[in-house]
Amino acid sequence: MADLEFTKYLLSRPAPGSAGATGTWRTYRPVVNQDKCIKCGLCWLYCPEDTIDWLEDKSVRINYDYCKGCGVCAEVCPVKVIDMVKETVV
Amino acid sequence: MSIRIDQLPRDKFIMPGTAACPGCPLLIGLRQVMMALNGKMSLVIPAGCSSVIPGMSPATSYGVPTIHVPFASSPAVASGLVSAVRMRGNNGPVVVWAGDGASSDIGFAALSGAAARNEDLIYILADNEAYMNTGIQASGTTPWMAWTTTSPNGKTEERKEMALIMLMHKIPYVATASIAYPLDFIAKVRKASQIRGFKFIHLYAPCPPGLKFDDSYTVKIAQLAVETGIWVLWEYNQGKLTISPPSAMYKDKSKRKPLSEYMKLQGRFSKVGEDAMKIYEAKIDAYWNTILKLSELYK
Repeated sequence: MADLEFTKYLLSRPAPGSAGATGTWRTYRPVVNQDKCIKCGLCWLYCPEDTIDWLEDKSVRINYDYCKGCGVCAEVCPVKVIDMVKETVV
Repeated sequence: MSIRIDQLPRDKFIMPGTAACPGCPLLIGLRQVMMALNGKMSLVIPAGCSSVIPGMSPATSYGVPTIHVPFASSPAVASGLVSAVRMRGNNGPVVVWAGDGASSDIGFAALSGAAARNEDLIYILADNEAYMNTGIQASGTTPWMAWTTTSPNGKTEERKEMALIMLMHKIPYVATASIAYPLDFIAKVRKASQIRGFKFIHLYAPCPPGLKFDDSYTVKIAQLAVETGIWVLWEYNQGKLTISPPSAMYKDKSKRKPLSEYMKLQGRFSKVGEDAMKIYEAKIDAYWNTILKLSELYK
């Protein structure tokens, strides 16, 4: 048992939010215009935080709990349908 | 071997909520490695940004088995790990994900040793061109004239060409890649995982706070680096050196974008004037000549 107690300090297990709810870092919120989205998946491919899910029907959904608002998705979008909207409520 | 975006695995290999800065290129690159190998890999990470990014114990954001090791030891630890893994009959890849400081300066002896022994590793050098984690000090791969906190008037020394140094170790596979060209990078990682011996991939990963550009430009800067010819994508595979498809059209100097387009977006090059820019362009031409000559030699 002593061994197990020791290893618990050395081993970490995958879990979301290991650095907290990083969505609070955000100043600009990416908003996808779903009507104009061409479902190419580039924003999913380049999202550094993996907060964008590319669903089975190839539409995208952003997880705002962890999105840091870096704007990479808006920049790589080939049809520019992701708008960076300023957050108003903190 | 063509790869389509919609055929890539969509599993969450990196859990959201990491400690990385917004727009971090390392996570873009690391996600691509994990997609390439479908998460079936062991990761060895020396000190650097990538050992801070997973967040606080007992949680981690990396969804693959990872060992965090001291700065200079990653190739040595990975050599031991790969021996143990092979002894157990497992042929899975062991990947070292190291920064430029851990590869070109501090851990260079261990890297050179592992390459000389031809250990069965994939070594990925994620190059953000300075010691970003400790506050932007110049490293061996920081380019000439770039601002860092230890080179306030621009770095006076040349950068090391790590991929060419590793090529001369006579290992079976050496390549350069960029986070802006994921399909090229994923193809290279998959190709490397099929080869026995030491595989080295030099990945360009521009860092927003360190290179002083806007968070949203991470991919754009990496793309401009290839389009202006300052970063050349090439691949050496067991005796044959080729320029990779995204870089192939920039063999012709007239097709390259002007270097100022790449430099004006980055605060670290704000002190590069007209004269320095001309010298820079000559340096880029010299590097291209080296690569083109090598591609004639190794064909």
